[in-house]
Amino acid sequence: MLSIQNLKASVEGKEILKGLNLEVKAGEVHAIMGPNGAGKSTLASVLTGKDNYEVTDGQALFEGKDLLDLSPEDRAREGVFLAFQYPVEIPGVSNINFLKTALNEIRAYKGQPNMEAKEFLKLLKEKQKLLEFDAALANRSLNEGFSGGEKKRNEIFQLAMLDPKLAILDETDSGLDIDALRVVSRGVNKLRSGKNAFIIITHYQRLLEYIVPDFVHVLYKGQIVKSGTKELALELEEKGYDWLKEDSKETEAADILLPR
Amino acid sequence: MENRITQINSSLYDQCIADYATRSSLTSTETAEVSAIREQAFQLFKKLGFPSTKVEDWKYTNLVPALKEGFELEQDEEVLSVKDSIIAKAAIQLLDCYHIVLVNGKYRPDLSDAVPVEGLYLSSLSDAAGKPAFKQHFGKYIDLEKFHFAAANTALFRNGLFIEVKRNTVVEKPLHLIHITTTGEPTFFQPRQLFVMGTSSSISIIESYATDTNGAQVFINNVSEIVLQENAQVQHYYIQAGDEHARYVHHTEVYQQANSVYNNYKASFPGTSLWRNNLNVALDGENVESHLYGIYLAGGRQLVDNHTIVDHRKPHCNSNELYKGVMKDEAAGVFNGKIFVRKDAQKTNAFQQNNNMILGKKAVMDSKPQLEIFADDVKCSHGSTMGQFNQEALFYLKSRGIGEEKARALLIHAFAFDITEKIPLPEVQTHINALIEQGLK
Repeated sequence: MLSIQNLKASVEGKEILKGLNLEVKAGEVHAIMGPNGAGKSTLASVLTGKDNYEVTDGQALFEGKDLLDLSPEDRAREGVFLAFQYPVEIPGVSNINFLKTALNEIRAYKGQPNMEAKEFLKLLKEKQKLLEFDAALANRSLNEGFSGGEKKRNEIFQLAMLDPKLAILDETDSGLDIDALRVVSRGVNKLRSGKNAFIIITHYQRLLEYIVPDFVHVLYKGQIVKSGTKELALELEEKGYDWLKEDSKETEAADILLPR
Repeated sequence: MENRITQINSSLYDQCIADYATRSSLTSTETAEVSAIREQAFQLFKKLGFPSTKVEDWKYTNLVPALKEGFELEQDEEVLSVKDSIIAKAAIQLLDCYHIVLVNGKYRPDLSDAVPVEGLYLSSLSDAAGKPAFKQHFGKYIDLEKFHFAAANTALFRNGLFIEVKRNTVVEKPLHLIHITTTGEPTFFQPRQLFVMGTSSSISIIESYATDTNGAQVFINNVSEIVLQENAQVQHYYIQAGDEHARYVHHTEVYQQANSVYNNYKASFPGTSLWRNNLNVALDGENVESHLYGIYLAGGRQLVDNHTIVDHRKPHCNSNELYKGVMKDEAAGVFNGKIFVRKDAQKTNAFQQNNNMILGKKAVMDSKPQLEIFADDVKCSHGSTMGQFNQEALFYLKSRGIGEEKARALLIHAFAFDITEKIPLPEVQTHINALIEQGLK
């Protein structure tokens, strides 16, 4: 579904992603972990097309299409969804109106007609129930007055409503208490299917006990330096990120000694 | 004539001076008091003329192009007919109200709904001249020295509307005043209104505007005096939409006695060439509340100028003013909000906020808050912002598949929603939201 090859990206002239490679197939859940500054958020921003991020090399193909060539809204319409780390509050835009507009724009892109009001309400109620999402929140303005946890849960609720092919969760767990974490994880697990895929960007291993990944990658200094299964996450938890730094320093040192 | 720099040299001025002389025969049917008020106003207008940009309050609003047009002064005319379609278009869907139609300022009971409400009285100004409420309040509140157009109107007004709500009267259904201007020639109109709300009365008034002139330019100089006696509650809506051949200078002078509440909701839209609003509110009693809300969506080469004065004269009053503007294309906007807090007005709470979105590359906005505070135990604040779209919010919407145009529309709605959500009548809120949608296209 997603194929990233040698992706290099800079922000404000500083290179953050230094040749990132990643393959994600339908039905898979990939976790990306790494210390602060490794490039986790940059990866998310580049994939969704945020301004200020310049791709200097490499490519990202989504379902065979050149993702980086599409506008942010077209990427969303193709089926890429980012659950933001810091969702924006937009007072005056109702949650419901927002969802309806987004849903219908995506449908229009696919050549489908607008969703009937009744159908939409039915979908709304269904997903609210699925995610144990408070109906009262749905009726308010987008994220206005929501607590941090509520904002994150609203991101997952939008995910459920828009049904993307690829969902990128950007540090969804940070700032969540254990109860919220469990509810969000339950929700995500219910949404997993053979047709979609998830990239879970996280700093902490804890989330991965609830949303068990198929693959774990470690992002360090703009590259994926290690990949494995969920055991890798546990190893990281035990040994900490310093272990990696040691590991890569040795590799760097070795590189210097090897003849070219 | 004094100070020619602050006056515009125009034939309209001369026409007005001449008109006053010829009208003395007509005004012989008026009461002595009204004649005296006219005379005093005329002397002031003779001195002041029409304001040039050298007058501080007209600094950003240049009237020369508008006044250059040749205008006729309004004539006393026969009963004019009005197309049903014009009235129908102005009506607010689903709103159960009394439609009051005014043609060139003249109250037309034949075109209006009957208003069989005990304690509510409507008539022309001339028919009201003998009433105590009229005599007590007509022409008593505006400081004409400072307001050129109000002076002209007071000297020369022809047609007008008088509304009295007697004490304790609660008018359940709103009054919808539909002001229609109709003429075949470029004309300068000066309609006038006086509303007197009795003690503990309650009423909602909606005012909207339409023109039927076949493209002829019109300039409408309207003056409205509104008196709220003790404990009166007034919800007042202005829906200012129109065509580019129309220019409005609109003076609303509100006088509030103790414990009264005055809420003004003003929405203006692209179309008219010029809209200059002077909204003055005097809080002349304790425990008065005044809320002034405005949303102005300006486009094309329109000029929208909102000047407000909130005058706290007594203690323990609350005023809150929130005006928001969206400037598209090459529109120009002006906001000047004055707040006076007099020496005796202790424990005043006075807030003012003006926020603007500048969308057109050539659009311009001048915003000036002005606070003059003479009491020492008060809470006052003011703020003024100018900006474009919040890029973060825009990206968030796009990341959900919403295209640029729709995303901008959503954000502008969100911006305007702050004002429209405060509108208590749902049908009016819907109507205004629809006009905003249209105005954004």
